Amino acid sequence: MYHTLVALVEDKPGVLNRVASLFRRRNFNIESLTVGRTAEPGISRMTIVIDSDQASAERVTAYLYKLVNVLQVEDLGAVPAVARDLALVKVAVAGHDRGALLRVVDETRAHIVDTGEQTMTLEITGEPPHVDAVISRLEPLGIVEMVRTGQVAMRRGDTTLSAAQYS
Amino acid sequence: MPTRTGAQIIWECLVQEGVHTVFGYPGGAILPAYDAMLDYPVRHVLVRHEQGATHMADGFARAGGGVGVAMATSGPGATNMVTGIATAMMDSSPIVCITGQVPSKLIGYDAFQETDITGITLPITKHSYLVTRVEDIMPAMKEAFHLAKSGRPGPVLVDITKDAQQATFDWTWDARPVQLPGYRPDFPITREDLARAAELIRESQRPVILAGQGVIQSGATREIIALAERIDAPIAMTLLGLGGVPASHALNLGMMGMHGEAWVNHAIQEADLLLAFGMRFDDRVTGNIKTYAQQARKIHVDIDPSEINKNVRADAAIVGDLRETLADLLAVLEPADHEAWLAHIDRMKGDAAVRDIQKLPDTGHLYAAHVINDIWRITGGTAVVVTDVGQHQMWEAQYYHHESPRSLITSGGLGTMGFAVPAAIGAKIARPDAEVWAIAGDGGFQMTQAELATAAQEGIKINIAIINNGYLGMVRQWQEFFYERRYAATPLRNPDFVKIAEAHGLEAYRVDTRNQVSDIVERARAADGTVLIDFRVEQEDSVYPMVPAGADLHAMIRRPERSVLAETGADPS
Repeated sequence: MYHTLVALVEDKPGVLNRVASLFRRRNFNIESLTVGRTAEPGISRMTIVIDSDQASAERVTAYLYKLVNVLQVEDLGAVPAVARDLALVKVAVAGHDRGALLRVVDETRAHIVDTGEQTMTLEITGEPPHVDAVISRLEPLGIVEMVRTGQVAMRRGDTTLSAAQYS
Repeated sequence: MPTRTGAQIIWECLVQEGVHTVFGYPGGAILPAYDAMLDYPVRHVLVRHEQGATHMADGFARAGGGVGVAMATSGPGATNMVTGIATAMMDSSPIVCITGQVPSKLIGYDAFQETDITGITLPITKHSYLVTRVEDIMPAMKEAFHLAKSGRPGPVLVDITKDAQQATFDWTWDARPVQLPGYRPDFPITREDLARAAELIRESQRPVILAGQGVIQSGATREIIALAERIDAPIAMTLLGLGGVPASHALNLGMMGMHGEAWVNHAIQEADLLLAFGMRFDDRVTGNIKTYAQQARKIHVDIDPSEINKNVRADAAIVGDLRETLADLLAVLEPADHEAWLAHIDRMKGDAAVRDIQKLPDTGHLYAAHVINDIWRITGGTAVVVTDVGQHQMWEAQYYHHESPRSLITSGGLGTMGFAVPAAIGAKIARPDAEVWAIAGDGGFQMTQAELATAAQEGIKINIAIINNGYLGMVRQWQEFFYERRYAATPLRNPDFVKIAEAHGLEAYRVDTRNQVSDIVERARAADGTVLIDFRVEQEDSVYPMVPAGADLHAMIRRPERSVLAETGADPS
């Protein structure tokens, strides 16, 4: 079962390494990990997806809190949340009908972000299962290159996660 | 504001933190700090290997209750510290390790003696710093000491580049407390958690208290005794907990776990409630976790939230300082009486005690257990004993009865051979008035025997008892029990330990028979300097009882029914 953990961390050298090393050290597999800025200066936000049971997710949350540079951790598996993943997919278009590809674009809210002579590059954004579904429709057309950002997520409703509130 | 070099700021900070002794070894990248050292009132103990410095700092911290400090240069100096840092991490010992680093412009270029020591030690430190600017030295030093000693203590490494040590800065001591927004060493104890724990205690008929090192680190000896007496519950000790409750207390059952006494492990397996106080359910104390204390509900008190529900699911958990927690519990608990339960445990004890080798007739042969028990008797149980790792360590735990906290110092979690002699040197410096004994096997002693030179140079008085059986004894025992006595790489052809000590200008004795023990131990105690005693003990003796690794806690190999001589069949001469 996938668990999505959000961690607010101090934006200092080596913090990503500390977090990543923790998962390796405690024998957890990271499905995806993203890092980015937040609205608060000096605070970064990590979204970490791991494949684990509930007890292990609780353990890893406790370990994350032990890192001095980690300010706040939230397990989004326990609450309603919005999750987004983004993929860039380069599909071969030479030698066959572009109509099939354009139909996928039309029906799935994918965007064409670049067109070459041999290929077309699509951007797919959405809940991770949606991105999976679009990719599986593109596979028969010939994916030649792909990258995914990994998931970012946020709790639904008015509750916010802030580094300041717990310091 | 006075102008200081980074090197001077290091020592200013150490003096402000109350440090009077640093264990270390100089080298290129830490040379500015060593040069500045001469102008500060700090004793430097020159070790013979940086591992020794970390163990000394560790022994210093565990014996004295303060923070131990070790210093080394970059590269090999720093990597030699790794074992000592990991040892301190596993046993939650507060040490600060200061290492020199190559100049910041050379980092990443594979400069001479460059190593990524913050990277290497990342998983074995509580926290670490790479300091490349002189203005960052004081904040890092202050935070390092704060982190090392607060909450669950542990090792902190501060790696300081040579250019940061050489640069100057208009510096003043910042007396404000450290601010670390992401660090929560203290957790408030909630009324609900206390009420839940108290309810489980009231409902229990067969409680057992499990006392760990947290008792010693939080200074909770008085409170744990008061609580045990209030609710009439027996106390089982972890290895690192020994001394936290006096061995002579009527409710103290002794050590639990792999080499714990049978009645202790049976009491745990039959209990209906375990009160785990400052211990972490290590696999060496639980045995097979699936069959561990199945009838018992568990109350777990620990200062580290990540220990709760890690190995054993808690029915009630309190995260916080143990002494405060016990004081709060005492305020809400009424006296209870578990006479039948205690009598039941006492009957189990009676059965096991008759097999104790102390009851065997004295035949003149020398057994490790006899040696350790004699040292206990002669020292009146008041020495600080620092052990190495292996059979002698378990015999020490069984036959040296500790009455006070910080009187046993041993590498429990990591099981680091070579720990005893350097850690004993550190312990003696922390407590100069204490009688300090290092007890080591012939294998472990040789791992750090170079520190004899440190003891000699520094004029340190410790007593070293080598329990010499000519084998890597614990490994040999496992080979005997589980590998059909195929003694792969365990026999040792040892040097003459007496001559080695004498080569260092130290007094030394060899003991072959039991009737020599008292006299030689007394001579060692009376001597002014470090004394080494080579105890030539029975070679193929084994530690009983023993729960094989991963076996059920109640499925232990008991002491042989007949005499030990019949069991081992060996001629000790």
